[in-house]
Amino acid sequence: MKVAIPVFPGSNCDEDLYHALWDILQITADLLPVTVTNLSQYDAVILPGGFSYGDYLRSGAIARFTPIMAAVKDFASTGKPVVGICNGFQILTEAGLLPGALRANQSSRFICQNSELQVTNNQTIFSTAYQPQEHIKLPIAHGEGNYYCDLTTLAELRAQKQIVFEYVDNPNGSVGNIAGIVNRRGNVLGMMPHPERAVEVLLGGTDGLGVFTSLLANNQREDVHA
Amino acid sequence: MYLAKVYVTYKNSILDPKGEAINDALHRLAYQNVESVTLGKYFELKVKAGQQPIADQVDEMCDRLLANVNMESYRYEITELED
Repeated sequence: MKVAIPVFPGSNCDEDLYHALWDILQITADLLPVTVTNLSQYDAVILPGGFSYGDYLRSGAIARFTPIMAAVKDFASTGKPVVGICNGFQILTEAGLLPGALRANQSSRFICQNSELQVTNNQTIFSTAYQPQEHIKLPIAHGEGNYYCDLTTLAELRAQKQIVFEYVDNPNGSVGNIAGIVNRRGNVLGMMPHPERAVEVLLGGTDGLGVFTSLLANNQREDVHA
Repeated sequence: MYLAKVYVTYKNSILDPKGEAINDALHRLAYQNVESVTLGKYFELKVKAGQQPIADQVDEMCDRLLANVNMESYRYEITELED
């Protein structure tokens, strides 16, 4: 499997992700500038966390208009897997690849802590490595991670089993305790917690590995996409 | 040439924690009669007349970039500038 990591001006979790993929999981990955317009040689795209374009206007609002995001949209439309972590999730909602939006945390504070999550749906290509309803611990680090969608959308997310991760103890005010969702087709995941920061015992835990090992295990299985 | 003044604010249903913090700070400054504070964004766009009617174009810019219509609403005023 070969993973593309788009690097926006202001991304700051791209190297962590690159390290997690190459050094821990032995997955081939490339850091790509925003000018890249063709992703056909890749099997997955992971948008890293950070503050793309300084969070100017709104987090993710400027990044979504870059050439590489047009390529990511095309890539996602073919059913290939796309993951957005933290700022990556914000970019995916701004780009319309995922429903809803990320608001400022209810407390108006930047929150940096370990967060307990429930794996609400372990039947996505990003979560098969986890047990049903498994509780895991992943770090969160965000000022605008408060997921919002209207009640109709929330009901749809629930009915279609699009909620992948829920906070056990909601830290930021997210609607429905939502920490991570997939699109209707199931090939685009957005999550505020950082799985790439939880891949080594030395750094406090390995609960994030499951996202990447799931992706790896399901890479060849066309039947699980769409 | 036109001047478009665009105001973007959270929809009423959206919690505005920054506005609330400012409201609290005003109360601490003894402005107890302040009922609420809404924090928003203000843009001034100087736009040359084009093919499309200016209001349509500003609407489109708001929908596509200046506001996130999932959680924000916008309004604008357009005045014609002397060249």
